[in-house]
Amino acid sequence: MKEFFHRKLERNAIGFVLAIVGVASIGGLVEIAPLFTIHETVETTPDMRLYTPLELAGRNIYIREGCYACHSQMIRTLRDEVERYGPYSLAVESQYDHPMLWGSKRTGPDLARLGDKYSDAWHVAHLINPRDVVPESVMPRYGWLQRNALRLDDLGEHLAAQRAVGVPYTDEMIGNAVADARGQANPDSNEAGGVTERYGEATNVRAFDGRTDVVTEMDALVAYLQVLGRLTTAAQQQTAGR
Amino acid sequence: MSVVSGLTVSERHLALFVLGLLALAGLAMAVGGRGDPLAVHGFIILAVSLGLGFFVMSALFAPEPPASRLAEYYDDPIRVGIVLSLAWAVVGMFVGVWVAALLAWPELTFVDSAWASFGRLRPVHTSGVIFGFGGNALIATSLHVLQRTCRARLPDQFSPWFVLIGYNLFCIVAASGYLIGLTQSKEYAEPEWYADIWLVIVWVVYFLIYLRTLQRRKEPHIYVANWYYMAFILVVAVLHIVNNLAVPVSFGHAKSYSLFSGVQDAMTQWWYGHNAVAFFLTAGFLGMMYYYLPKRAERPIFSYRLSIISFWGITFMYMWAGAHHLHYTALPQWVQTLGMTFSIVLLVPSWASAGNALATLNGAWDRVRTDATLRFMMVAAVFYGLSTFEGSFMAIRAVNSLSHYTDWTVGHVHAGALGWVAMITFGSLYALVPWMWKQERMYSPKLIEVHFWLALAGTIVYVFAMWNSGIIQGLMWRTYNDSGTLAYSFIDSLVAMHPYYIARAFGGLLFLSGAVVCSYNVWMTIRMARIGRAAGAGTDVPLHGEADAVQAGE
Repeated sequence: MKEFFHRKLERNAIGFVLAIVGVASIGGLVEIAPLFTIHETVETTPDMRLYTPLELAGRNIYIREGCYACHSQMIRTLRDEVERYGPYSLAVESQYDHPMLWGSKRTGPDLARLGDKYSDAWHVAHLINPRDVVPESVMPRYGWLQRNALRLDDLGEHLAAQRAVGVPYTDEMIGNAVADARGQANPDSNEAGGVTERYGEATNVRAFDGRTDVVTEMDALVAYLQVLGRLTTAAQQQTAGR
Repeated sequence: MSVVSGLTVSERHLALFVLGLLALAGLAMAVGGRGDPLAVHGFIILAVSLGLGFFVMSALFAPEPPASRLAEYYDDPIRVGIVLSLAWAVVGMFVGVWVAALLAWPELTFVDSAWASFGRLRPVHTSGVIFGFGGNALIATSLHVLQRTCRARLPDQFSPWFVLIGYNLFCIVAASGYLIGLTQSKEYAEPEWYADIWLVIVWVVYFLIYLRTLQRRKEPHIYVANWYYMAFILVVAVLHIVNNLAVPVSFGHAKSYSLFSGVQDAMTQWWYGHNAVAFFLTAGFLGMMYYYLPKRAERPIFSYRLSIISFWGITFMYMWAGAHHLHYTALPQWVQTLGMTFSIVLLVPSWASAGNALATLNGAWDRVRTDATLRFMMVAAVFYGLSTFEGSFMAIRAVNSLSHYTDWTVGHVHAGALGWVAMITFGSLYALVPWMWKQERMYSPKLIEVHFWLALAGTIVYVFAMWNSGIIQGLMWRTYNDSGTLAYSFIDSLVAMHPYYIARAFGGLLFLSGAVVCSYNVWMTIRMARIGRAAGAGTDVPLHGEADAVQAGE
């Protein structure tokens, strides 16, 4: 009888290595590669806007503090989720999220539609001590966000890196990144006008943390939280259309 | 003979050269990353490479080691790897217990500082136990299994040290990075771009050690444990490189932006995430099981054909399963369905492995009763079977609609991580440590027994707590009252979790205590070896007593 083919394979280290890589590659190639080429994977929507430099900085703080470990940003297509959190999440809404923050665990609630749900003051109070506004909360305090000045000088480089991975920031946006971050957190300054000019009239321009003398990390994080689910109205329109 | 004087003179020179390059890289990061957290890592790398450089120099001019060393296996890095693995186990599990307690008592945190908050400590726990404890145990045991089953010495003495120390440097950079706020936010792939590049270099050397030793083997066939270790090394490399593709803000910034976004990023991340479970936490540890379990039971593997089926089944099918992390999301439905289908079929090779392990114990069940080391391995195989069944079940879309986002997932992960990964590791280490330090047995078999019951009790308390809390959570979120509105607010479900969060922290504490007991036992075994060597005893234990590798029986 002919020798069992596997006995031969076992005697050949290089052959075995190639076999492992070949067999293991198939699943990823079939499931992932088409996602980049099939057009319907991500809807197109005309009103999708970009994160402002301040919101992007806030998003980076959200990542830095590990918020994604307890909060998802992905409302599933289930009745109870839609009733609890709002219209289910569309692929286009995280089109410019490098990386995505869909999350995997809800120790706290989903945040995909958090924007405009609470006031800035509520967010600031909640981040400084969650139990001041939600007595049963187990969320950590984030008092240092209010104390730390936001690093502004490199925001242009951040936007340029975002452009390198595919987010359509313009040269003008990159050039004005620092001024736009300052302007968004200080509505009375003469830098505020440029923000809505570049990012749209719907952009929130406010003293998010209640002070205008310095742009804090709190400003950035609250600016980000207030725009969650508000970058496009595609999800709301889809639900309304049903 | 110290570790350094065991290296050949040219290996010492090579070590100094590589450490010099590393110090320069650290210096460049410290200077180029001024004003950025990158500089902190630059200084850490500089300090580590200089410290090691002085250590190498302390024996730089020692005479060449005797040529007789080439007739023996090279086990120094294995011994150090075992100690590092246990050190990470204690640190990683301690942080785990601490963050578990923070969920029950959020005001427990003693400083109002960023580094001490839950969000930054949690990845220290996950990376500490997965990569610190698990990874070091995989490296140490793989180098041991590789040499014994090939009946060949490692090809050189420098590269295993490069892999072991380089890997631990990666772990230190990762853990310290989380504390100062550096993370990519990709779960189980949190370290930033420069740490990822470094790990690729370390991994290539690791792979080359494997390949070079296999090429020198005196056994015609590559033993099944090595198939798994090779799959672990190769596939983890592929996953790591693809999932971590990113563009740094600049070479002076630690921060980078992932090349992928949104739905493509989610699929890539969970293709990585689930296969980190498959090839890091399963394939590697199956390699461990396929060597240490039959050795300890003194029985050949039950079925060679079952080994083949389960190996190729796992290697092929796991790579499709990641999509089950994204049921009902914006991921296209066809991908979700493929992910679910393969997750269910995956039960076949998983149970083939678990069954193969348990059937191997036929004829040795009396020893499972008396030998806690073998019992660790047996329970590990049982938990492997249980958690792979649970995993396939949770991958079903309807089940996942309830379990996803809840503590059930956490419970499932820990059934696998504590019950399977940690148990097979402890069992293997208890078998390996006496061999490595040339002792007849561990310092205290009683303490192994104590550890076993602590570990089992801890796992059961933990998993039951999380099953309960997860299912309650999932049900509360979807319960409607008579008027057709949601019955519970989110905070209601959080309040209901409190007793289970306390139980979970307690279960974790039991498991941590077991790891401390194990570390003490290993430490005392090492001391016993030192005292024994000084007294001239213990020299009659033959070095190659275990050299005859168990071959897969038919």
